[in-house]
Amino acid sequence: MLNFTIRRLILAVPTLLFISLVIFLLLELAPGDPMAQVPLTVPPEVKEKMREALGLGQPMHVRFWKWIVQFFWIEPQVLVDHIFGTSFSAGDLRVISWQTRSPVMDIVVQRIPQTLWVVGTAYVVAILIALPIGIYSAYRQYSWFDQMGTFVSMVGFSVPPFFSGVLVIVIFSVQLGWFPSIYDTTHVVNDWDSFVVQLKQMIMPVMVLALQITAQLSRFMRASMLDNLNQDYVRTARAKGLSEYTVVMVHVLRNSMIPVVTVIALGIPSIFGGAIITEQVFKVNGIGQLLIGAIQANDLPMVQTLTFIFAVLIVLFNLIADVLYGILDPRIRYD
Amino acid sequence: MTDKDRFVPDEGLAPASTVLPAADVVEEFTAPPRSQWRDVWDQFKTHKGAMVGAMLFIFIVAAVYLGPFLWTIDPTQIDIRARNQGPSWAHPFGTDQLGRDIMARMMSGGQTSVSVGITAMLLALFLGSFIGVIAGFFKRLDGPLMRLTDLFLALPLLPLLLVMMLLFREPLSAAFGLERGIFILIVCAIGITSWMPTARIVRGDVLAIKEREFVLAARSIGTSNTQIITRHILPNVLSPIMVSATLGIATAIITESALSFLGLGFPPDFPTWGRLLFDGVDYLQQYPERVFWPGLAISLTVLSVNYLGDGLRDALDPRIRGR
Repeated sequence: MLNFTIRRLILAVPTLLFISLVIFLLLELAPGDPMAQVPLTVPPEVKEKMREALGLGQPMHVRFWKWIVQFFWIEPQVLVDHIFGTSFSAGDLRVISWQTRSPVMDIVVQRIPQTLWVVGTAYVVAILIALPIGIYSAYRQYSWFDQMGTFVSMVGFSVPPFFSGVLVIVIFSVQLGWFPSIYDTTHVVNDWDSFVVQLKQMIMPVMVLALQITAQLSRFMRASMLDNLNQDYVRTARAKGLSEYTVVMVHVLRNSMIPVVTVIALGIPSIFGGAIITEQVFKVNGIGQLLIGAIQANDLPMVQTLTFIFAVLIVLFNLIADVLYGILDPRIRYD
Repeated sequence: MTDKDRFVPDEGLAPASTVLPAADVVEEFTAPPRSQWRDVWDQFKTHKGAMVGAMLFIFIVAAVYLGPFLWTIDPTQIDIRARNQGPSWAHPFGTDQLGRDIMARMMSGGQTSVSVGITAMLLALFLGSFIGVIAGFFKRLDGPLMRLTDLFLALPLLPLLLVMMLLFREPLSAAFGLERGIFILIVCAIGITSWMPTARIVRGDVLAIKEREFVLAARSIGTSNTQIITRHILPNVLSPIMVSATLGIATAIITESALSFLGLGFPPDFPTWGRLLFDGVDYLQQYPERVFWPGLAISLTVLSVNYLGDGLRDALDPRIRGR
């Protein structure tokens, strides 16, 4: 198992390098000049200097190498410095955003808590709702509860977040006026009242995100439970006189959770990607909105770094899911 | 978690068909042979959700493509005096801030959305089946092609789509004209980023079918690889491809609307459902129905296609069909 984990970790390095190259080349080969917005009255030699100031003067491979060094070598040093108060990174050049001329990672670190709060809560809520629904739908297959669950999850698949988000805004903020339609990230929680305000502004984005995740997870849970409910060991458990609760909630559930846990792990990075739209609808200034803003402002270092962070998350959680599967299910050993 | 095909295909099963009495068995053997597609259709009919989904999808496609012949108002005709009207007989869905008829815009937007969905699905299907068949059939190519698939699956797709939209928008619209250039761009972008699930499923099926006797028989009489693939392998992997096709339409329509919604899709004066929704958000407080109609159209189309795919999956699965 350890062997497998190490092998996969080593294999992840070329994958990530290749992905970063793909992203870099995509941004590089695309036509579009960062100097396009500069007025025509600026003389060409000044423009050339401005290009160099943005780091565009050198050939492509040099810039790619510099980005790699900055991202994998200098940024971790900055992190270490920040935590332990050392000064490894003093004087090193970091990945600089073209929009704000400040280090990209600093902005990312500012934005991540908002995303984590909203998306993380939604994910937890969705898991808490989806698992019981999945279990009960499978246990009472083809009952009206199961049919309802199927329909609701089909709706959850089909209604895109930019519609469900707008719909809940119309209903709950415009018509009923219960919740604010815009997420206020500057809000500080320090007493009960401010906590209630925070809760109110989080309900709608969390609801929209959780609907989608619940739809997918409850289907997986149901399918996995159905696979296990007809197995021989379930009949054995019933035959030896265990209570129905113990049979379903201990024997079947524990075995059915194995694929579901890996699916939950696999879904975490796609939540970051999928939350882009929800963040845009509710004006949560998280990482997804940062990406949209950077794309619209043609801020290539920011776009590249953010896209690469998403890729790292996907690769990382794929790895975690594979390892989890091996740990949870002793029948599966990769060695 | 976009891989919807991983579900166990047992949702919405039809009740087991009645057991034949013994007397009918003899008749059964003498009855003329039924084609496979007849069986598939019979099973499909028993899935109520799929039938409703299919009819709804056909209705939407017909309304969107044939509707403009009946409802002849030009979607781009501006009538500033009749702006922001509510529903009336002259304008059943009302008019927008420039007095354009929303029903006509919904139809013309639907044409774009549905054609983007279908074209992008065909492209993704072609890429996915091609890579899946090649990877499954030729052992030497299996490793590299599947690594490529894994790599594509590891790419953050929505951000990349946004980046592609931003970067290639201008040159393509310069080369092919504004609307057609963006149409090509969106279709290619969605197609290139959504072929992976199809490729994986098709490869798995090809790997199993390749080892069957009829392929060996075909090889022993000297059939070439190309002919084995086109005559023996492809017809047998048709069912997973068809199921992926329906799911592909759904994802393509949602992706196109998402891009339009983020302001990176078609130009403003060229309506699609996503764009209409995006434009409606500005008037959310006063005219919420402007958001509602396009959103409902997108959701209903995707819902009907998803149910259609669900029924198709059951109907095409021989293990279920027999029951």
